[in-house]
Amino acid sequence: MIQLTVNGKTEKLDVSPEMPLLWAIRDTIGLTGTKFGCGVAQCGACVVHLDGEAVRSCVTKMSRAEGKNVVTIEGLSENNDHPAQKAWQEIDVPQCGYCHSGQIMSAAVLLRENPNPSDQDIDNAMAGNICRCGTYPRIRKAIHLASEMQEKSKT
Amino acid sequence: MTKNNNIDTTRRNFLKLTGLGGAALCLGFYFPAEGAPILVRPSELSESEIELCPWIIINPSGKITIVNHRAEMGQGSYHSVPQIVAEELEVDMNDINVIFAIGNEKKYGGQVTGGSSTIRSSYKNLLKLSAASRELLIAAAAAKWNVPVVDCYAASGHVIHKPSGKKAHYGELALAASKLPVPKEPKLKKISEYKLIRKPLKRIDTPFKTNGALIFGLDKRIPGMLFASVERDPRYFGKVKSFDATAALKVPGVKKVFKVEMAYYEYIREGVAVVADSTWAALEGRKALKVEWDSSGFKHWSTPEIFKAQDDLLHSQEGMILKTQGIPNEILAQSTKKLDVVYQTPYQSHVAMEPINCIAHFKGDSIEIWGPIQAPGWIQDDISKQFKIDKEKVIVNMTFLGGGFGRKAMIDYPSEAVGVSKIIGGPVQVVWTREDDATLGPFRPGISYRCEGMITNGKIEALKFRMAGQNNDHWRGGAKDKPNRSTSEGFLNPYYASIKHLSIADVLFETTIPTSFWRSVYASTNGFAYESFIDEMAHEAGKDPLDFRREHLQEERCQKVIDKMEEVSGWKNRAKNEGYGVAITECFNSTVGHIVKVSKNPQGGVKIDKVWAVMDCGWYVNPDIIHAQVEGSIVMGLGAATTHQITFKDNVVEQHNFYDYPLPRINEIPMIEVYIIDNEADAGGVGEPGLPPLAPALTNAIFDLTGKRIRKLPFSLATV
Repeated sequence: MIQLTVNGKTEKLDVSPEMPLLWAIRDTIGLTGTKFGCGVAQCGACVVHLDGEAVRSCVTKMSRAEGKNVVTIEGLSENNDHPAQKAWQEIDVPQCGYCHSGQIMSAAVLLRENPNPSDQDIDNAMAGNICRCGTYPRIRKAIHLASEMQEKSKT
Repeated sequence: MTKNNNIDTTRRNFLKLTGLGGAALCLGFYFPAEGAPILVRPSELSESEIELCPWIIINPSGKITIVNHRAEMGQGSYHSVPQIVAEELEVDMNDINVIFAIGNEKKYGGQVTGGSSTIRSSYKNLLKLSAASRELLIAAAAAKWNVPVVDCYAASGHVIHKPSGKKAHYGELALAASKLPVPKEPKLKKISEYKLIRKPLKRIDTPFKTNGALIFGLDKRIPGMLFASVERDPRYFGKVKSFDATAALKVPGVKKVFKVEMAYYEYIREGVAVVADSTWAALEGRKALKVEWDSSGFKHWSTPEIFKAQDDLLHSQEGMILKTQGIPNEILAQSTKKLDVVYQTPYQSHVAMEPINCIAHFKGDSIEIWGPIQAPGWIQDDISKQFKIDKEKVIVNMTFLGGGFGRKAMIDYPSEAVGVSKIIGGPVQVVWTREDDATLGPFRPGISYRCEGMITNGKIEALKFRMAGQNNDHWRGGAKDKPNRSTSEGFLNPYYASIKHLSIADVLFETTIPTSFWRSVYASTNGFAYESFIDEMAHEAGKDPLDFRREHLQEERCQKVIDKMEEVSGWKNRAKNEGYGVAITECFNSTVGHIVKVSKNPQGGVKIDKVWAVMDCGWYVNPDIIHAQVEGSIVMGLGAATTHQITFKDNVVEQHNFYDYPLPRINEIPMIEVYIIDNEADAGGVGEPGLPPLAPALTNAIFDLTGKRIRKLPFSLATV
């Protein structure tokens, strides 16, 4: 049994320590918002937060996640209202939408670590997330907007 | 409408398929009451709901459901189809529920989501049947209240009696409305009267794409479903010589290992399926599997050999003529100053972010399929034949697609999933890895073009294009003694009026590598060759490339696109250290022009500073979705021009995953500005036509800056 916390809930899973966290989240727990894109940490569709850090769950073994706190896109906010989620909706960023769980999870860490990122900061933080539909110009715009929203919500 | 439909066998809907490449479908206006039988009701609907027409379902409570009959793969049908219906039906976008139709072409007309056809093939019908539905509801209210119809109007899902202020919601009227005679010529709004259409409404599916709630094919779960991963011959058409499942079967969770076949049209691909109780177990089992292939009996190709063969053909054969006018051969033969060059584009993979997958449940006398599917009708046809089950009993459910780009219009992956399900006797999801998805094809074909041309008095006197590349139609049984009808795709029609001597021909070229549609299809490769060569002709004539096009494209639509590009880009006021390039292409009835601005990159090579795109797609629904589609097309075109390609060694793809098939990332994207030309012409496509001009506009800009002509894709911006 491997125990970990996912979106605030304790999970005890009868899975191999070798199993990637991605498949435990999707197939064992049944949260399908985290996506399989490449399986080799190249595309970022599977990004989740592991003790607050953005990790690629497709290459994160369960042995590493054991005892840790995992947040998936479903747990990022209660009402789909994290500043990144709100900004994504305002700008209408997604096309097919498949990569955007990972995009938003990466952006959320960027916005926490660097509340007012420049274009260069965004490029550096988001270059690990591929979008085949090519929504990149809108991702950049949405992160700037999320940064403003985050700032406003503090005051 | 199911309860009282008065089935008349003389159906009033007339389907006219005008060809696969365009996939344009003209659907006659019809209502089920007039004879189109409702064969299967979407499972979400209860019996009490009134299906007023195939796209509009009204619950007695007043809740309106609008059916999207096409795939949603990012291009926006899930929003745009309802945006059209809501306009004429007079309902609010916030108050509607949208569901996907199941595959049923008798009811919905063509459902193949390809050729940028969703809006252009169905909007007139959707407008008319929505307006007719509104008139029926108004008539039902007038009858109920015993008042004149002209005193009633519809708004926000209600009919209102103007003099008295009496009001009824559509749910109270739908049953009565469904029994009234259908108005033959309902009154349609003028464009100036639209409240929803042409407005940049926010997409109704966006909120479900920001919290992980949306169910893509790979997220779909069916009770009792198992998971499978299949090892397939990397050379496409080899046979399983033997396999050893001993180690695979020892992997915890693995249930069964067996040989399976996947039909790719008339060709069969063999594989060995590993079925397990989770995706990971199936993938681990497959890693432990040993398969020996017999890949003999068909030619194995390597990339250098492919392009060498194409080049040889282009210099030894005239090919099959698709279009010709004047006497181009004679004129070019007499010329001492003709240009004669070859352009080359690579094979490409689609690599939608959601790898290919499909759930199938073979139930003996019926089959049900769920998945990211662009072409439910084709799947019904094919599976029905292959498994000898009536077409009506092949139920195809479209989920949301995590991208499609043409790959998910294929019928191979559902065929394989049904085969696996049949063997295990239960529902199964076949999951392709990224490597499977990227390397097993079908691919956009790699193509070579021989372009010859001659200038007289500053204008093109003669132009001759020959193409040597695989014809996608051949995989679907297309005739080999006829030219590829897509050889001229992308090339602007008005050129035929201004160039006296012109021919376009296709030289037959075949390999054992499967090919198929890739976003914008042949326009994506033709556009590069043809619009680059027009640029070469402009320089040969000593003319400004934009003015040169203006002189040759004497048609209002092209003139407006050119004027707009000049206006927004500052083409005439460029600085010395800036390179500007232009290209204009037409596909799926839309004309798109790009201007690309480049400059020297201080770190070496060239960088793209900005792209301006002007789109004329005629009548349109949602300008923000058009902007998004053009932005995305530019990014996809940029990747195909500068960052990735598929190459072969002995028929095996040399790439594997995103590390050696690198897609553009956020740090590689230029600024993009998109403009839409407003007019009332018939609707053209939106999802694809924004892609083809990017590569030639970019290489034309590089020529402007550096004097270097790029005739082969992909190339590296860093080393130009």
